This record gives sequence, structure tokens and C-alpha cells, in this order.
Amino acid sequence: MNRVRAIALTPGAAVIVVLFLIPLAITCAYSALTRGAYFGLGPPWTADNYRRLADPLYGMVFLRSFALAAASTAICCLLGFPLAVFIARSGRRKNLYLHLVILPFWTSQLVRIYAWMFLLRETGLANGILQALGIIRAPLPLLYNDGAVLLGLVYAHLPFMVLPLYAALERLDPNLLEASADLGARPWTTLSRVMLPLAAPGIRAGAVLVFVPCLGAFLVPDLLGGGKSIMIGTVIQNQFTTARDWPFGAAMSLVVMVIVLVLLWVGAGRRGEDLL
Amino acid sequence: MKRALALYAVAAYAFLHAPLLILAAFSFNRSRYTVWTGFSLDWYRAAFRDHQLREGAWNSILIAVTATTISTAVGALFAYGLWKRRSRWLSASLYLSLITPEIVTGVSLLAFYQWIFQFWRLHLGMCTVVFAHVSFCIAYVVLVVAARLRGFDPGLEDAALDLGATEWGIFWHVVLPYLKPGILAAALLAFTVSIDDYVITSLVAGVDSQTLPMVIYAMARRGVNPVVNAVSSVIVFGLGAMILISERLRAS
Repeated sequence: MNRVRAIALTPGAAVIVVLFLIPLAITCAYSALTRGAYFGLGPPWTADNYRRLADPLYGMVFLRSFALAAASTAICCLLGFPLAVFIARSGRRKNLYLHLVILPFWTSQLVRIYAWMFLLRETGLANGILQALGIIRAPLPLLYNDGAVLLGLVYAHLPFMVLPLYAALERLDPNLLEASADLGARPWTTLSRVMLPLAAPGIRAGAVLVFVPCLGAFLVPDLLGGGKSIMIGTVIQNQFTTARDWPFGAAMSLVVMVIVLVLLWVGAGRRGEDLL
Repeated sequence: MKRALALYAVAAYAFLHAPLLILAAFSFNRSRYTVWTGFSLDWYRAAFRDHQLREGAWNSILIAVTATTISTAVGALFAYGLWKRRSRWLSASLYLSLITPEIVTGVSLLAFYQWIFQFWRLHLGMCTVVFAHVSFCIAYVVLVVAARLRGFDPGLEDAALDLGATEWGIFWHVVLPYLKPGILAAALLAFTVSIDDYVITSLVAGVDSQTLPMVIYAMARRGVNPVVNAVSSVIVFGLGAMILISERLRAS
């Protein structure tokens, strides 16, 4: 039995090593090289690329990305918790409601972001309705700012929060909530002393699953933030395309990767499974 | 309390679904502005006639079909190989590849390709895109197939062994038929993930391998365009249908 399994494992292991681990190792090496005249890069080995990250300009980008990712995580948690409670308590329709959360998540990421461009632009539906109702006279600049980026990040990642929250809440024994109420706890006390502690693993998993992709987001800040709300993902992409400073871009990617690893280690462990 | 929760759920589902439904509705609008002036299929006709969109769609389908075939075969075998075996670093790498931000995966693949090109005279194109897609699709396939394997009764394997089946025969005649719905579901999922990718694809694509998301992105960058609304609606409903079929298969 073991021989067939070992053979079955080989091509997949090869893909993981050659197309994931080796590229990461090469990025590591690139991050310590010097940028050449036009496109080339080579020795001397240097730590300059990492030192440049201390530049306040990039510090601001890191700070903004952290703040936006943290805010998105918090908002996703606040919006997702009641929804997860609703799904976990809906009996036979559970699966239907769960699918309604997953469905937009699997359909095109690009299209979902574009849909918000369509709604928020100057002559879009949001401004049109506000003007028709007489609330505003001139169209509001809803697009190309931090608010639009935050909205896009929350919209794109809400399912990542709802699924692990639901998985945790579903396992929660409803008798515990009844017992808490019978013993005279107010709804708020039951929520904070019984429900939240029991849902904590789900919250932690969801927080990692939302924070990590938000931190490295490229499409949302690029399309909804225009050039005005720049995040780490935008800068990395720029280093590898227009700016052509690969070593610096590689250094930045690795910093992101280290943050991801630390978060995984602290937070969710193998909770990625809950997503599917 | 219960009613408040239900009301909230209605609002939350509206938030999740309304943007796409509104976009789809306005793709049938005669006017190019966000004012309803009448039903028309003009934007769909225009999208269908657009050469860039057609070429992009063709490339996307070609890449997605190839990447899906490879990643499904390799991923399903991998899930079977990993079953009942503890290989912590292999599964850890797989999960890590799933959660690594796309931009990091993309630039590291680009760096890897450029490094290889020093030794072989190759260039970025369909091939590099297909390999990149295989690398990120495989984790989804493994997760779906592994989930199906968890429901498999190991007693069946022992029974087949007792009846004189070879190791290979067991895989082919006992395990594979059981896995079939899971593998099909995994393939559909891999296809939707592959056909929609922009971030990684745009970094490793060449001039001859512009995909549909790349064409749409370039159009969207220039602003809202009714032709994009039409293409977007087709994509959303096409992929939505595939996901529903995939979910059905997994539930069976």
C-alpha cells in the first residue's frame, strides 16, 4: 500500500517544492542582491534593501496597510458575528444560507471590485440616488480614497470571517445559552461571558484569514483607491513592474511573508481547513 | 431578538449580493449612464465583437482547462498519498501556499522564472502562466479531495487486499470510483480559481498570453464601461453556476 501512496505523493510534492518553496528561496536571495544598471541584478550582497524599508515613506505605507487590514478585520468580525449566529441557528436552511455567503466569494474577485467602482463613481448609482433624494447637490467623491478601500476590503473578505465563526458557533451547545439565561444572566452577559469565549477559536481563525489577505491586497487598493490609497501590495507590484527594482520588491515581499508566518503561528494554526 | 437577527441577515445578504445584481441589471440598460432608459442587448453584442475580449477569453479558457487538468490529477494523487500519513512539512507548505498573499506568490514566481531564463532561452507566455496556475490550484484540489477521503472506509481497502487485488488495482477500482464526485468538484473549483486570477497571472504573463481578467482590468482601469458590465455579468453567472454544481457534488 505504501509504495503506491509514495508514488502518488511525488508529483504533488514536486509542484510544491519547485513552484512554491524554491521561488520563495529565490526571492530571499534576490532581496539581498544589488540592482544593476538596466534590469540586471547581482552581487555585492547587501542589506541595503531592508534598510530602505525604514524610510518614512515606506513606513507610512506599512502603517496604512496595517491600519486598513486591522480595521477591515474588526469590521468583518462585527458584521460577520451576527450573520454567523443567524446561520448557525437556522436549522434545516443552514446549508442554503451558508452557500449564499460562499457564492459571491468564489465568483470573480475582479468583477466584485469592479461592481463597487460602478456603484461609487461620480455618476454612479449611489451618487444618483443621493442626488435624486435631494440629500446632496453635487456628487460626492466616493471613489479613490481610504474609505472606498476599506469598504472593498470588508466586502471581499467578509466570507473568510463568517465561515470559521459559523464553524465555531455550530459546535456550541444551545443548552449552555439557556442555562445562562435560566441562571439570570442578561442577554448581553450571556453573549460576553458564554458565547464569545466559546467562539474565540473561530474569531482567531477568521481574524487571520481576513487580516493576511487584506495586508497583501493589490486589486482593492489599486482599483478603488486609485493612486491615493497605496498599500504594501501596490508598492511590491510596482517594484516588479514599472519601477524595476526587484531586490527592493523582494525584500518587501519577504517582510510581508514573515508577518504572515508569525500571524499563522500565533493565530489560526491549521484552521485553513474550515474555509472549505 | 430572533426577528432582529433575521432582519440583520437580510441586510447582510443584500450587502453581499446587491452590487453584483445591480451590475447585472444595468448591463441590459440601453444608455451607457446609470439611468435606466430601456432594455437592450447591445453591450453584450459589443462585448462579443471585441477582439481583445475574445482573444482574452480564449486564452483564459485554454489556460484554465490545462491548469485544471494537471492540478486535479496531481492534487488528487497527492491527497491520496498524504492520507493516513503524517507529513507535517508537506501539509504545512500546502496551507502556507493557500494563505500567502497573491502578490507575494506572483512576484516570487516571476523571480523564479527570470532565474531559470538565465539557463534556458525561454520567455514569459502561456507556459509560465499555466505552471503558475497549477501551483495555486493544487492546494484547493487537495483540500476538497482530502475531505472526501475522510469519509472512506479503510475496511474496503483491506477487503480488496484479502480478495487478491494489487495495490494499484485497489487505487484504480476501489478508491478512485469513491473519490470521483470529490475529484469532479475539485476540478470545477480549480477551474473557477484559475479563470478568475488576475494578480499572479498579470505578473507572469507574456504578450501572447493576455487573459480575460487582464483585458477586463485594463478596461476597468480606464473607468466604468458598459461592455465590462456585460462581460462581468456573464462571468458572475457562469462561475456561479459552476460553483453550485461543485457544491452539489461535494454534498453528495
